[in-house]
Amino acid sequence: MIVAQRKNIPELLAIVQEHRKVLLLGCGTCVTVCLAGGQREVSIIASALRMAAKLKGRSLEVEELTIERQCDNVFLEQAAEAIKKADAVLSVGCGAGVQAIAERYSNKPVYAGLNTAFIGILEERGVWTEKCAACGECVLHEYGGICPITRCAKKMMNGPCSGSREDRCEVSPDRPCAWQLIYKRLKEIGQLDRLKELKKPKNWRPSQSGGCRTIIREDHRV
Amino acid sequence: VRIIRTPCTGRLETEYFMKALENGADGVLVAGCLEGGCHFVEGNLCAKRRVNYTRDLLEEIGIEKERLRMVNISAAMARPLADTITDMVETIRKLGPNPLRKSNGNPEGGVPRRPIFTEGNEGNGDFSLNPQPSTFNHLL
Repeated sequence: MIVAQRKNIPELLAIVQEHRKVLLLGCGTCVTVCLAGGQREVSIIASALRMAAKLKGRSLEVEELTIERQCDNVFLEQAAEAIKKADAVLSVGCGAGVQAIAERYSNKPVYAGLNTAFIGILEERGVWTEKCAACGECVLHEYGGICPITRCAKKMMNGPCSGSREDRCEVSPDRPCAWQLIYKRLKEIGQLDRLKELKKPKNWRPSQSGGCRTIIREDHRV
Repeated sequence: VRIIRTPCTGRLETEYFMKALENGADGVLVAGCLEGGCHFVEGNLCAKRRVNYTRDLLEEIGIEKERLRMVNISAAMARPLADTITDMVETIRKLGPNPLRKSNGNPEGGVPRRPIFTEGNEGNGDFSLNPQPSTFNHLL
């Protein structure tokens, strides 16, 4: 899922500075799961914004709404009336959600209330870690299901950097060495031979180097 | 001092503290069971984390975090509870009333919890399309 983090309240207040009626729009999908922009967070952030504005003597009305998915036009339709009534929309969805609203409502200012961080998983309660860089050409099958691009600080593709100490990454000792994990995993599944293959330089063209990417499925187009 | 009973402090969410202060409460004291003594194992520990998170959030907003406090007191500790409440009241007295109560024409204080506006007719009509959970709102 997409993992995001709330911007701080003074920053949010500055973002909606010129508006009086703001719709705080939550998203019921990824950002709900990562506790950044679901219905509950919308309620908390709205309260916080109203209080902060009042303390500064500003008149700010914050309406609250959470829809199932901001990045989908079908669900976005449910917010149409509320968006129309507000001066501006402060979206606490991911970056895709914010842009979906901006494209659909061309005359309405739309702002991001979250910092969209990465594609990751819930590691343990309250802890999320990045697992995928969306590089566009997945190599996980070659590395025992552990991504060296995302999880190795140096993005080493042909073995460890030799800087790790006791299984820990030398760049940040609070995280495990990805190559130690890859070695252990390949050993466990009997695929250590994969490490003997010399990997050619990665093709980064399917990644973000060429601007925004598009996938077209002709069989699904109408 | 207004007392609100809950089955367990673990039932309390950040929203409740926020709504209480937003609606004009001068302070909120959360009194949970002793750590390790929760009937639901870790309800009071959950509450402690939420209180700490909310205190940080209050600082971001610009409200004194001392207005929200959690203490752990067992059901058999009446005297310490009374002393804690007195101490909390003293803390609040030093801080003064909830700054949000310097209201703009709202005699109840605080800010309007659910802003109401419609196009071309500000101040009337219900803008609400998706009411948020309000389990405790009638108490706050």
